[in-house]
Amino acid sequence: MSVNSTPAGADVAADGTDTRNGGHAAVPAQRNNRRGKPPLSENKRAERRLGWLLCAPAAFVMLAVTAYPILYSVWLSLQRYDLRFPAEREFIGLQNYATVLSNEFWWTAFGVTMLITVVTVAVELVLGMGLALIMHRTLVGRGIVRTSALIPYGIVTVVAAFSWRYAWTPGTGYLANLFADSAPLTERASSLAIIMLAEIWKTTPFMALLLMAGLALVPEDLLKAASTDGATAWQRFTKVMLPVMKPAILVALLFRTLDAFRVFDNIYVLTSGANETSSVSMIAYNNLIRGLNLGIGSTMSVLIFITVAIIAFVFVKLFGTAAPGSDDGERR
Amino acid sequence: MADTTATRAKVRWGLLDVAVVVFALTPVLWIMSLSFKTPATLTDGKFIPREWTLENYRTIFATDQFVRALINSIGIALIATTIAVVLGAMAAYAISRLDFPGKRLLIGVSLLIAMFPQVSLVSPLFEIERQLGLFDTWPGLILPYITFALPLAIYTLSAFFKQIPWDLEKAAKMDGATQGQAFRRVIAPLAAPGLFTTAILVFIFCWNDFLFAISLTSTERSRTVPVALSFFTGASQFEDPTGAICAAAVVITVPIILFVLFFQRRIVSGLTSGAVKG
Repeated sequence: MSVNSTPAGADVAADGTDTRNGGHAAVPAQRNNRRGKPPLSENKRAERRLGWLLCAPAAFVMLAVTAYPILYSVWLSLQRYDLRFPAEREFIGLQNYATVLSNEFWWTAFGVTMLITVVTVAVELVLGMGLALIMHRTLVGRGIVRTSALIPYGIVTVVAAFSWRYAWTPGTGYLANLFADSAPLTERASSLAIIMLAEIWKTTPFMALLLMAGLALVPEDLLKAASTDGATAWQRFTKVMLPVMKPAILVALLFRTLDAFRVFDNIYVLTSGANETSSVSMIAYNNLIRGLNLGIGSTMSVLIFITVAIIAFVFVKLFGTAAPGSDDGERR
Repeated sequence: MADTTATRAKVRWGLLDVAVVVFALTPVLWIMSLSFKTPATLTDGKFIPREWTLENYRTIFATDQFVRALINSIGIALIATTIAVVLGAMAAYAISRLDFPGKRLLIGVSLLIAMFPQVSLVSPLFEIERQLGLFDTWPGLILPYITFALPLAIYTLSAFFKQIPWDLEKAAKMDGATQGQAFRRVIAPLAAPGLFTTAILVFIFCWNDFLFAISLTSTERSRTVPVALSFFTGASQFEDPTGAICAAAVVITVPIILFVLFFQRRIVSGLTSGAVKG
């Protein structure tokens, strides 16, 4: 397939081409340039039309269900809009933002979310790396290990959360009985610890799978050579594997960080946000569905969206081409 | 790895394997165990039930609440999966095979949506769906599910599509087939395994969702099982719902465990290729 020939898409040719057939693509591209920019051939035009046609439904659905609502959400956040008092609906500018940002519950929830995000992602990176190595290298029972590691990934979060809740319920639970006379889900610190445990259990396999894809890129020969040269296992890991895996690690970190920031299901089932264990998702949900306050709920939605955008932006800025958005053209 | 004897290495890996399996399975076995306990022994804190019963399962299948939710869950997840895979396959084919302006934009948009905080959509969708009459209906849930499943589908499928021997398509075109015919007659059958894997991943995603399901439904009409679980109160308000919740939890976990058991290799390859090599 010859690419690079659409005059309208100079930048498309530059990055849309992908290195997938970079080798072949270079030649027709030059040929085209020598010819100058001819009008689109019938074939090319048909190809573009088909491309748009095939992508249109997916693009339409994705934009209609995300872009429009988020804009609508911004509009709602500028209004006083409580469904219990619909008559009082009016435009109030940034007042909702002032209300939310000066509210200590919001900041507590924000702190909780940040804490959960940082701790779980850090632990998952370490455990996930270990699990990835085990799944990649293990000599016995690889199938069993991979299958059981996938179960936490596949299981419904709410189900797992109930399992943890009953495990820690005094009397009922096998874990609660280990610590006599305590009800860990009624205290803040232990509740948060259990929420993080549940999150880590559920998502470490996903992290491990992403990292395993990176591990597969590490050339065996390189490891053998390092081994022959007397590198210890740790040196091989830090000096050979980690550098090769860096892009995979960053992608895994980015995805998991943003995913961890959305934590909701586990908290809902484990504590319902009692004892100041609400996350931002939880508090936004409570304002909307339990409080029926669309204005405040939307304000929180927008703030969460902005926070996530900042996190993603920082990741991309810090790690540049290693981030998934920017490396499509390079690594494919 | 640096061990001199192969046996010692094997034992070490074996122990690690056991640790992983135990860690991964304990919560699942625990909820299964609870679901088989009798009300009298439910709170004994033992990991293995002393008395076994199927009563909890009989209870939940006798209630409309659970059966209805199960139907909703299956129906909504299947429809959303079908649509997402079809739309995703079309887009993934275009991305991996065709050259057209805006392709990169589409990749960027799907990436953004994969990272999108879903809770940000809850408030506006709640209001929009109320106005459109979609609130508490199947389509009201299917739409957001498709949206958030599409990036996953597009990424996984384009990774699969890149491994297909495309010369066959060229051959078909040489024999006079149009691009569209080449897609339907030659490539689609070759792509079936990738489509199937993607369908499993998307299904798991839809099956798992809780946030949209609890925010955009209000009655049994469209409540899915994860939400119904959180509303279980037992047959009467004096009855402890724990056994019923666990039984229901096991019922919705079994299909996932079966998927994982039978298609472990596919799921691993789908997740790794889709998520990283993008």
